[in-house]
Amino acid sequence: MAKTTEKPVEAKRSPYKSLAVESIKYRTKLTTKYLKRKAYAPVDERKITAFIPGTIKKIFVKEGNRIKEGDKLLIFEAMKMNNSILAPVDGIIEKVNVKVGDKVNKQLVLIDIK
Amino acid sequence: MGLKQKTADLKKRMREAVKGGGSKAIEKQKAIGKKTARERILAILDSKSFHEYDMFVKHAGTEFNMDKKFLPGDGVITGTGTISGHPVCIYAQDFTVAGGSLGWAHAKKITKIMDHAMKLKIPIIGINDSGGARIQEGVNALAGYGEIFYRNTQASGVIPQISVILGPCAGGAVYSPALTDFVFVVEGVSKMFITGPEVIKTVLGEEISMEDLGGAKVHCEITGNAHFYAKDEEECFYQIKELVSFIPWNNELKAIPYPKKSPKKKYNIPEIIPADPRQPYDVRDIIKALADDSEFFEIQELFAANIVIGFGRVVGQTVGFVANQPLVLAGVLDVDSSDKAGRFIRYCNAFNIPLVTLVDLPGYLPGVDQEHAGVIRHGAKLLYAYSEATVPKITVIMRKAYGGGYIAMCSHHLRADFVCAWPTAEIAVMGPEGAANIIFRNEIKNAENPDEMRKQKVKEYKNKFANPYVAAAYGYVDAVIEPYETRSFIVHALEVSSHKKVRSPKKRHGIPPF
Repeated sequence: MAKTTEKPVEAKRSPYKSLAVESIKYRTKLTTKYLKRKAYAPVDERKITAFIPGTIKKIFVKEGNRIKEGDKLLIFEAMKMNNSILAPVDGIIEKVNVKVGDKVNKQLVLIDIK
Repeated sequence: MGLKQKTADLKKRMREAVKGGGSKAIEKQKAIGKKTARERILAILDSKSFHEYDMFVKHAGTEFNMDKKFLPGDGVITGTGTISGHPVCIYAQDFTVAGGSLGWAHAKKITKIMDHAMKLKIPIIGINDSGGARIQEGVNALAGYGEIFYRNTQASGVIPQISVILGPCAGGAVYSPALTDFVFVVEGVSKMFITGPEVIKTVLGEEISMEDLGGAKVHCEITGNAHFYAKDEEECFYQIKELVSFIPWNNELKAIPYPKKSPKKKYNIPEIIPADPRQPYDVRDIIKALADDSEFFEIQELFAANIVIGFGRVVGQTVGFVANQPLVLAGVLDVDSSDKAGRFIRYCNAFNIPLVTLVDLPGYLPGVDQEHAGVIRHGAKLLYAYSEATVPKITVIMRKAYGGGYIAMCSHHLRADFVCAWPTAEIAVMGPEGAANIIFRNEIKNAENPDEMRKQKVKEYKNKFANPYVAAAYGYVDAVIEPYETRSFIVHALEVSSHKKVRSPKKRHGIPPF
């Protein structure tokens, strides 16, 4: 027998939890991968987020500006490419959360649209 | 020169070659807990069985002053030997020689030993410990990788291919192990990734250590790229020897049988399994109650632990076990477990290893993440693999087998040859709670006390359908047996199916959902 098979799959410290499948609750252990899964959140088009980490090169809008779908909002440099970020919807700029030169992480909200 | 001098000259040349990258490089290798390439080969093979080939191969680099460099064996050791008497071809990259980098001659040595293994029809073991392509040799290094990948693919399903990652294995180099059957990794030593931490940092600004990105644990637990996890190289070599004892030398043979032994008495099925389908137990104990000497060699133990796969023997013959694991995530099927089991089933089918499937699952794991991760196409792999397999297929339905999960776990409909169920089996279109909620929706809604009515209807449904006898009435299970009879059921099934022949429709190959 391989030595590894003698270790418990899930560390003993994890006590049994309840998992519901088709309205039946089962007593079982949960995996780290299962516990780390991301909860689903619907995409909010009115929040302009950084799709990868990068740098803000230019900002074309200010708070209160009225914008139309397709208007240029900012230029965002990532992976050595200048990406023009366009407005996905008509609306009013509620807030600009970054300034030129900012290095931003993935998923950061850059602009809020009303 | 007389014979004496010529012999002395040979010995001198051999001494030079065996030195590898020299004492300094070897010291460095050892300082981080790594053995040298030659030590690794000797540790895996039976003593004195190793015969080395191509010791005097010269590297092929001419540019960038490479022609002035002497690289013993061009950084890779190749040869043949035996593991507990089983013949194997083996190669080991030598990190002490130019970082184990892969040049044209290095690749040529590897492809030569691979071709040798295909001709001899014996397993090939590759030990990876390399900085990657030898940049000085340019496109010839890439050609070398391509030649290896092609051979990996050609050899797939013909001879067993085993990869051992004992050092870095990055960039394109990772695809040779990925194409092979089994990948072994060692804590703190193995590192596999396509793009390393440096690149990820420059391009994406994300910082991560090599270990967290592509260390042994990551590939065993998260990615599923590796199949065997070991604390150190010794343990890894022990696992390799174990594996080789379970598998045949090639796809035309069966694994060599061992003397038959009874399972150990302490694994007593009625004591292991709770009758309540909602209560957990370790399904590996059931496997141990069925396998010779209660010996179970588990594969991908840390990945998708909600399904258990591995080898055991029944009356001396190797069988592949696939079992839902109620201990983890209630034993559901999901993206990872379908992928894991599907591939293992195809391995067993390719190498004439009968399949024993132990069923106890509530169905598929619900969740947006699962749906969006493609549980449809990944789940389909399991159906495909079971349907396609023509080795003897034996299925034991232990407790619940609901809905799509029942079909997927080697049901008669996917051409299981022998299906037995225990009296505790519940073979139904879905769990009693869910079914009662749908069928008796109106009665429950219109009742004075809906909760009371629901309970009553669930109970009615349970009594009528949560058993093996409905399926047995249609012939979907061949026999309802007591748990203690399971081993003799399997023994008999193996006995009568040893000449099983199935003709599949003529095709170049199918299109499995991978």
